[in-house]
Amino acid sequence: MAESSVPTQQPAKQVLYCGICSLPPEYCEFGGTTKKCEEWLLSNHPDIHRQLYSQEVLEANMAALSVEAQKRAEKDASKKAAKASALEQRQAAERAESQVLIKRVERSKRKYVTVVSGLEAFGLELKKVAKDFGKKFATGSSVTKVPGGGEEITVQGDLSDDVFDFITETYPVVPEDNIDCIEDKKKKAG
Amino acid sequence: MFKKDISAGSKTKVKSSVQRGIRAKVLETYPLLEPYIDEIMPKKEQLDLVKLPDRVSLYTLPPQPLFYQHMDDPLLPHLTLIHRYPHCFPRIRIDRGAIRFVLSGASLMAPGLTSPGGRLPDPSAGDDYDYGKSDLEPGSVVVVEAEGKENACMVGVLKMGTREMKEKKKGVAIDQGHYLGDGLWNLGLD
Repeated sequence: MAESSVPTQQPAKQVLYCGICSLPPEYCEFGGTTKKCEEWLLSNHPDIHRQLYSQEVLEANMAALSVEAQKRAEKDASKKAAKASALEQRQAAERAESQVLIKRVERSKRKYVTVVSGLEAFGLELKKVAKDFGKKFATGSSVTKVPGGGEEITVQGDLSDDVFDFITETYPVVPEDNIDCIEDKKKKAG
Repeated sequence: MFKKDISAGSKTKVKSSVQRGIRAKVLETYPLLEPYIDEIMPKKEQLDLVKLPDRVSLYTLPPQPLFYQHMDDPLLPHLTLIHRYPHCFPRIRIDRGAIRFVLSGASLMAPGLTSPGGRLPDPSAGDDYDYGKSDLEPGSVVVVEAEGKENACMVGVLKMGTREMKEKKKGVAIDQGHYLGDGLWNLGLD
């Protein structure tokens, strides 16, 4: 607590932040992922865990509030936790389902562009990914709007296999099975 | 202000002359930071200016965010900075019941400060009172701590003077602050 006396020159304080919810651990109880935070703290900083989650502390916390306020706080907390876990599940399900498509599209006779779509479902920022593609392959790479709504990345050149490798290597959030390569032949050769 | 998750806009380097200006302004607004100013923003280091939505600019010393500013309002310290130098800012304290509202982005209301768990600057208090002696005016920047917690949970600009708060015990004390777990807190700086 800051109640300690304050000399003129006090070194900067190092504050620990929770690895799960990024708040200082003492505020984890308000974050909605309390359970996970507690486990994280227990495995990473057992001494602080003992300080924060001991029986006496919990009781003292509870005693500070009136019974009614306690109930409301509890209800609120459980609601928040439920919301957080629901969101997580939904995201996980979405991720498992969504596909990343790598398409080779013919520009003119022997020129191709590679179109990558579906990356946004994995929480990646298209603009940054596009920049990375451009840097990696030394080609033009941009985010283009799709007529039906949504956006995709267009990389100049026939790079489908390289893009596939690059994505699996640099973005581990995208499972390899969810990436599909499609060769798009607009006109029949002839 | 940062209730929703935000994404950083363009990042530019701050001119050294502007940087000097910022430094002077910081010292003017927070004289208590004087002994640490070289630690916070060393003279030789290059600050970055990150543009955020709603005309907020954030000054960072990569990778740490330091101050943010809405148009030409006073520079407000980022909470990580406050956590490092907690005693350098005018502080007030809220009671336990108010924490969960603050952390979900509500305006801070006066009763949370005037109740037994809250602390406001008190001219009649003894020397070891930790929350200042002179009443704060509306418009001054305060750091909000919480009952039973070591670290601050919010920073913002007072909407109501502390003397008025003590008299009325009603109404909004701070709205649109920067609190733990908000968009600015969760902002990734890369």
